[in-house]
Amino acid sequence: MSLDLMKEKGIPLDQQRFDWRDLVHVPSSKLDDDAFTRVRIILMNGIESEALRFQHACARMNKELQPALARVRRIEQHQQTLINWLLPADLSPLETTIGFEQVAIEVTASVALHEPDEYLAQVYRFGLLEDFDHLYRFSALMDRVTGADANNILQSYTDILPGRPTALEHRAPEDDLRECYNRNKAQPISKLNAVTIMGGEHQTHDYYMTIGPMFADPIARQLYAEIASIEEQHVTQYESIIDPEETWLEKWLMHEAAEIYNYYSCVTHETNPRVKAIWQRFLDYELGHLRYVLDVFRKFEKREPEELLPASLPEPIEYKSHREFVRKVLSEEVDLRAQGKQISKKPETPATRQYRDQMNSKGSPSETIAAGYQWRPGTELAEETPDIRKLQKRVA
Amino acid sequence: MKNRQLKNAKTESAEAELFFNRTGIMAHPDLSVELIRAAKKTVPSLPRDGKQIAAIRAGYLNENLPIGSAPVIVVNGSEKAGEEELSADADRMSVLLDKLGERLAFERQGTRLYEAFLQKLESAPAEHESGPSTEDLRHICNEELEHFKLLQRAISGVGGDATVQTPSADIAGVLSRGIIEIVSDPRTTIPQTLQAILNAELADNDGWQMLKDLAGELGYSDLEEQCEKALQEEQEHLENVRTWLSEMTLAEALGEEALFESDAADSEPEGERGTRKRRRPANSGSSRSKKRRKK
Repeated sequence: MSLDLMKEKGIPLDQQRFDWRDLVHVPSSKLDDDAFTRVRIILMNGIESEALRFQHACARMNKELQPALARVRRIEQHQQTLINWLLPADLSPLETTIGFEQVAIEVTASVALHEPDEYLAQVYRFGLLEDFDHLYRFSALMDRVTGADANNILQSYTDILPGRPTALEHRAPEDDLRECYNRNKAQPISKLNAVTIMGGEHQTHDYYMTIGPMFADPIARQLYAEIASIEEQHVTQYESIIDPEETWLEKWLMHEAAEIYNYYSCVTHETNPRVKAIWQRFLDYELGHLRYVLDVFRKFEKREPEELLPASLPEPIEYKSHREFVRKVLSEEVDLRAQGKQISKKPETPATRQYRDQMNSKGSPSETIAAGYQWRPGTELAEETPDIRKLQKRVA
Repeated sequence: MKNRQLKNAKTESAEAELFFNRTGIMAHPDLSVELIRAAKKTVPSLPRDGKQIAAIRAGYLNENLPIGSAPVIVVNGSEKAGEEELSADADRMSVLLDKLGERLAFERQGTRLYEAFLQKLESAPAEHESGPSTEDLRHICNEELEHFKLLQRAISGVGGDATVQTPSADIAGVLSRGIIEIVSDPRTTIPQTLQAILNAELADNDGWQMLKDLAGELGYSDLEEQCEKALQEEQEHLENVRTWLSEMTLAEALGEEALFESDAADSEPEGERGTRKRRRPANSGSSRSKKRRKK
């Protein structure tokens, strides 16, 4: 069942209430919850974080919109708090990092598969292979520095393999910019996808910038510095695919629609009933935000917003293992490179090669941490026990 | 009736699905096989020579910068600096103040740890035959606070600033981060909390022993005596925590009843068992668990 965005009323803003106890639920379980429950929590924190980021930027440029933005933004902030606080204290910053990369792989894979614009789908696949490599490097860090197994977090849904090597992902800034969709021609799903992935990547960058200094080991500090830099490149890439000619109110509307689409996807897939109830509640809140912003839109833009929104929501984001798709992309596209706004097998620009050589001139943390690394069940220190040998034979 | 049974069965099944550890490789065997097979074919982008990580670490180690400096020594409101600071006396004093600061930070934090533990125990849904009573924990908590105050007076007495975070105090704080996380997490059980507290008490015992020896070597006999008294009290804490954890772990494995039945030979007086937890003083190690530990 899909939602009709123009008919659903959701919960009015004045009935969207919180208290401090309500903001802090008992968190999810690192050990017992399905990995995709954590994936959804991390992504939705990123989506709400993007809502705040956008609404602040909008307020700074539009005095007349400030009261309406402030009102909605307060609620978004409390939604983000409630969601982010669902992560438990026993989930370490490095374990959370593994979760972030699983989000970047599985959610981007779903988006790439459902993106109707082939150029944009190519951009998503390009970014996907880079985040895929980050997962491998962080898994090596977890194994070799903390003696822990990244698959405790991934729960076997996602491969731990090299992608496009992180050391080769450093590009000159102009080679991270892409063509944007056309606001008048792009399908609504393309706009929702772009806001979703941009929000997720921006939050990933901010998270790594926050936790990078929390590590003592110089190799960990260096690896976070390197991968945070790539995440900044990814934010540059993904924000450039959004048409800058959209009006501020068009962008606000699409942000609200993207929040609805994402909560709707979460409700569709969530297996933990306690968390599912939160997604449902916030889906209703976001429908209320949309109604409110539609009125603001009509008032200030003096036109009807219907044409901007999809009649009904597209197919939800798929929260499942995209192993086969990711492997296919890996085998076919790992050698692709960016030349300006194009992605192909052609050589990279001199500016990128010069920049990369400079950044890697005193060594590459991502290469160092994963030198010779091959993930194994229970870490590379573990032996292959009979039960694991038996399991492989049985499935074979 | 049938509907209710069906509903109960459904609820139980849903709960079983929720409370299921999914971290192991066997939780998703089919997915895991795919993961393992692919990983075996990994072609790393750089071969391993075992020296790369060490080289990065060495680069920073060679910079030889400390985590922080020992505090300056204040006597009669003036800083001892220059030649005096470089003297052997100043070096000895500096080490003593650093370690006094470490214990002070530890005891202050220990007080808060036991306060949190006490609240957890008071809110625990079920009474256990084994494990600490609230009186036990309150007793230890009060002693931790007394030790903190003792150290405040001791630091001030030798010319130090009891509010300084010394390098050793900082290290102790980093070490204790996990302990605080475990004790203060509402989801952790009493035995899990005891496991964290045991780590704290083990470190604390050695800390007091070292401080006592240091005070003795440096000729602070009053301080040495005070440390000895505190050490004895900390040894009791450690003994009790070990006992409670051991008892509760066994009770968890065997069931409380089985544990107590098998200990009938301890020949406790009739009627003692039901109220035992409340009556046992904090420093009375259980003979039952002592016996078990010897096995």
